[in-house]
Amino acid sequence: MLLIFGIFSWYPIVQSFVMSFQKTNLVTAPTFVGLDNFVKVLQDPLFLTAVQNTVWFAVLALLFGYPIPLIAAVLMSEVRRAKGLFSALAYLPVVVPPVVAVLLWKFFYDASPTGVFNSILAMVGIGPQPWIQSITAAMPSLVLEATWAGAGGTIIIYLAALTGVAPELYDAAEVDGASIWRKIWHITLPQLRGILLITLILQVIGTAQVFLEPFLFTAGGPANSTITVLLLIYRYAFQNSLGGDYGAATALSLMLAMFLAVLSVVYFRLTKSWSQN
Amino acid sequence: MSKTKIPDAEDRGIVSVADWTKPRIRRTMRASHAVLLVVLAVSGLGPLLWLGKAALTPTQDTLRTPLAIFPNGIEWQNVVTAWSTIHLDVQFANTLWVAAGSWAVQIVVATTAGYALSILRPKYAGVLNALVLGTLFVPSVVLLVPLYLTVLDVPFVGISLINTFWAVWLPAGASAFNVLLVKRFFDNLPREVFEAARTDGASSFRLFWSIVLPMSKPIVGVVSVFAIIAAWKDFLWPSLVLIDPMVQPLSVRLPALQQSIELGVYLAALAISSIIPILLFLVFQRMFLRGAGLGGAVKG
Repeated sequence: MLLIFGIFSWYPIVQSFVMSFQKTNLVTAPTFVGLDNFVKVLQDPLFLTAVQNTVWFAVLALLFGYPIPLIAAVLMSEVRRAKGLFSALAYLPVVVPPVVAVLLWKFFYDASPTGVFNSILAMVGIGPQPWIQSITAAMPSLVLEATWAGAGGTIIIYLAALTGVAPELYDAAEVDGASIWRKIWHITLPQLRGILLITLILQVIGTAQVFLEPFLFTAGGPANSTITVLLLIYRYAFQNSLGGDYGAATALSLMLAMFLAVLSVVYFRLTKSWSQN
Repeated sequence: MSKTKIPDAEDRGIVSVADWTKPRIRRTMRASHAVLLVVLAVSGLGPLLWLGKAALTPTQDTLRTPLAIFPNGIEWQNVVTAWSTIHLDVQFANTLWVAAGSWAVQIVVATTAGYALSILRPKYAGVLNALVLGTLFVPSVVLLVPLYLTVLDVPFVGISLINTFWAVWLPAGASAFNVLLVKRFFDNLPREVFEAARTDGASSFRLFWSIVLPMSKPIVGVVSVFAIIAAWKDFLWPSLVLIDPMVQPLSVRLPALQQSIELGVYLAALAISSIIPILLFLVFQRMFLRGAGLGGAVKG
């Protein structure tokens, strides 16, 4: 156990700090270069693009992916019959291997008039869309797939939280003559506050590391419109014709990690105080 | 109050039993539930049914009329070709191997680490605990490059694990999350049992093997489910360390196939790759959904 953690966890963590200050290419011996790697990354014009794209992905993912599971879960919690059927249908996309999901949607997004989505649009009289081939539509298309693949998990988390809301609260509100909408607004949502914050942070942590969708759908294109931070790290390290620029890759990883570490500390605090209640 | 006599009032939701008796509310709820069911069925089941259909449809039909259902009959050959000519059987077996090995390593590491930290508690247990839990805050992104270089040339041993399953199995074991889960579980086991066993002269190993392990079936189950699902889903790491197609799992092999093979066969390959997880989900639905709900409380 010590060996596993030592070699595959602690050693690489230390290494990543060391390497971010080194120039390494596996051929010549590594040399210390101070903050050069960080400067180099920050000056790379793609860095800003990647950060902007990642933020844009996160914002879109919140717009699409945050309200939908909540609305669905609140509605589902009121289902009296065949509740299991609802949950199973909602969760089904989550069990599809992510690579399969992306590759399948990539085919759905076929830009020709006989593409799957374009055929469906044609039925309602909308012309063919370029989907992932257009600079503006590519990112929303990626987010749409990611939402499809992830919403089920969030729905189940909300459903579990909804069963934890004490029924007495609703009884009390009814004595005061509260309508259904007022009950949702004044009881359900405030009671879910903790879990809503947690899923929010988890979603930001997840989207900050988004890789699979841009890598498999568009490889960062068209015109770098979907290149994300993790994809840039990957390019520095593994898609460099001059041999991997591991220094720049670890420097960028560390910067991303700082940001994520802050978030996970907040997350850890929240879950701790939340599970104590 | 009269409504407490209705059995359903016990597990009531937002809409009260009294509300349910109002026709307008009942109709709205029914309608919105029906709409929700249709939306869920179309979005959740739709793409998968389409994939199942496309896997058995001749390529030309899928290209020309993607939404038609078997316009020119069924093409079983797609599946046969994907399985035997493209040799998806090899990657299928690899996927099982990767999942089984990651599972075994994770169980061994998590239970022994949990045992050491929670029950044996050597003097340095506090430091060790902090070191393990500290890695929870280190996102896997940081590890990508240094871990890759580590696997390329394992320290002290000097061998490369590239293109061996060990490259996936061993790093999977270094999961602080698993250790945390197991340790928390062990912390709540009754201490008297262990002390009794000790006085009867049980060795540390015997205590672990014959007493602690049999008591920890529930937590081993949870860790197993997480481990197998994660291994089946993983893409980035195995794609870096398993370069030879003969050792690649399905998730790594599929993207490479898309350019090189006929569409119908390719879609059949996608279908083959999803069938096991979907079947597992349908059979163990409760366990999956409970795990997902639990995931919200502990980790996403």
